[in-house]
Amino acid sequence: MNPAVIDKALLHAFSELQNYFILARRTFVRIFQRPFYYREFAVQFDKLGFSSLFICALTGLFSGMVMALQSLIQLKPFAATSYVGGMVAVTMIKELGPVLAALMVAGRVGSAITAELGTMVVTEQVDAMRVEGTDIIKRLATPRLKAMLLALPLLTIITDVVSVIGGYIMSAGYGINPTMYISGLPQFMVFQDLIEGVAKPAVFGAIIAVTGCYVGLNTRGGAEGVGAAAKKAVVLSSVLILVCDFFMAKIFVVFRG
Amino acid sequence: MITSNSIRMEKVCYSIGGRTILEDFDFRLDQGVNRTILGVSGAGKTTILKLLLGLLEPDSGKIFIGDLQITGLAESSFMQQRRRIAIVFQGGALFDSMTVGENVGYRLFEEGQLSLAEITNIVLEKLTFVGVEAALDLYPSELSGGMKKRVAIARALAADPDYIFFDEPTTGLDPIGVYNICKLMLRLQVEGKTTLMVTHDLATAFATSQRFTFLHTARMLFEGSEAEMKVCSIPEVREFLKPTDGSLFI
Repeated sequence: MNPAVIDKALLHAFSELQNYFILARRTFVRIFQRPFYYREFAVQFDKLGFSSLFICALTGLFSGMVMALQSLIQLKPFAATSYVGGMVAVTMIKELGPVLAALMVAGRVGSAITAELGTMVVTEQVDAMRVEGTDIIKRLATPRLKAMLLALPLLTIITDVVSVIGGYIMSAGYGINPTMYISGLPQFMVFQDLIEGVAKPAVFGAIIAVTGCYVGLNTRGGAEGVGAAAKKAVVLSSVLILVCDFFMAKIFVVFRG
Repeated sequence: MITSNSIRMEKVCYSIGGRTILEDFDFRLDQGVNRTILGVSGAGKTTILKLLLGLLEPDSGKIFIGDLQITGLAESSFMQQRRRIAIVFQGGALFDSMTVGENVGYRLFEEGQLSLAEITNIVLEKLTFVGVEAALDLYPSELSGGMKKRVAIARALAADPDYIFFDEPTTGLDPIGVYNICKLMLRLQVEGKTTLMVTHDLATAFATSQRFTFLHTARMLFEGSEAEMKVCSIPEVREFLKPTDGSLFI
């Protein structure tokens, strides 16, 4: 390959990365600056968070059921089926709950943020806002970031709770009673697991919001450009969530000692 | 405040993806002199408006709003100067998620200095001026193309600017719509607003402006009055004014 082409591609990639972090920093800083756009925040919280409730609950329910089913099959030969509750809970709360909820929300919400902002860019609505004296990061990106920072941990908690219930529904068929199921939870979990289970989705929420806003605000072209941008945002945020999940898990392991 | 009543560009160069849009471009808009920038589609007319507003950053050259050079400045540094300028975008650029009333009062709501009643009065006054007061509670998706343009003009007027830029204001409108927009522009000029329009619609341009700039291959080819333009000997200008060699119509 031509070195000049590699050089150009690398420069482009680093420039994109730099711009991504500049937008992220500006968006975070503006969380604490007036005006706070409460109405916009409420609208975004409803659009991005509340409307994802059903899909997250459904994901949690079936993930919990599958986890319980697979665990019961493995535990039965050792007569250790009473541990199924703890196994489902620890797996869902620490890893699968945050990641699955984030991936579902990235697909649903990340693309919606990008498509909405991308359409505003190509129809010159963003330029119109700038001319009217609006700080577009404060008006468009920050409320979405705040909504996701709050909504994704809540959605994850609901996903976790529903998954544990789903796990019980499956376990009940194998003769596990509620007391047995719940008593397994403290044996497998410590308080840090709960912290981990809430910290991760907050970071994932930030990734989804910043990526959606970054790709959306840099959309070029017409309808085709908006479609391509939405696809790019979903892929990028999904990959970033998985990569970030690994590094966060490593950090938590280090802190656990 | 703008102490010098002009907006100007000096030796501005601008390119996108290796394609030169403007090269050593000089331009001046004085208060009270209504101008039109003419040129074929893709000549860079809209780019000039965006550069003058500071929405785009030139590769080189200087842009002034009054005495302030805005080139290289952060947007927040020239917000006060830019407040004297409004723009009516080609498609209206109305905010989809807001009603017509919220669109028109957008800047006033953002500034937060007036009460709701005062903003409502201003919004109604501007909508009445452009003749679409009945659309106050409608959303942009419920408006026709002509109504969108009028609402966009009302929004531009809400902050009482000195200059109003029009980006292809008559494109896609029927003859009555074109007539109404021209009439509105003339009324604005009577009220002391200075208009700068980019278009390739000669009839609208000659009806509403006193000075004309012709843009071709990234450069200004002509600058002058309507009479001067009509007797201009530059081949590109002549072709633009009368684009028939007859072959299409034989």
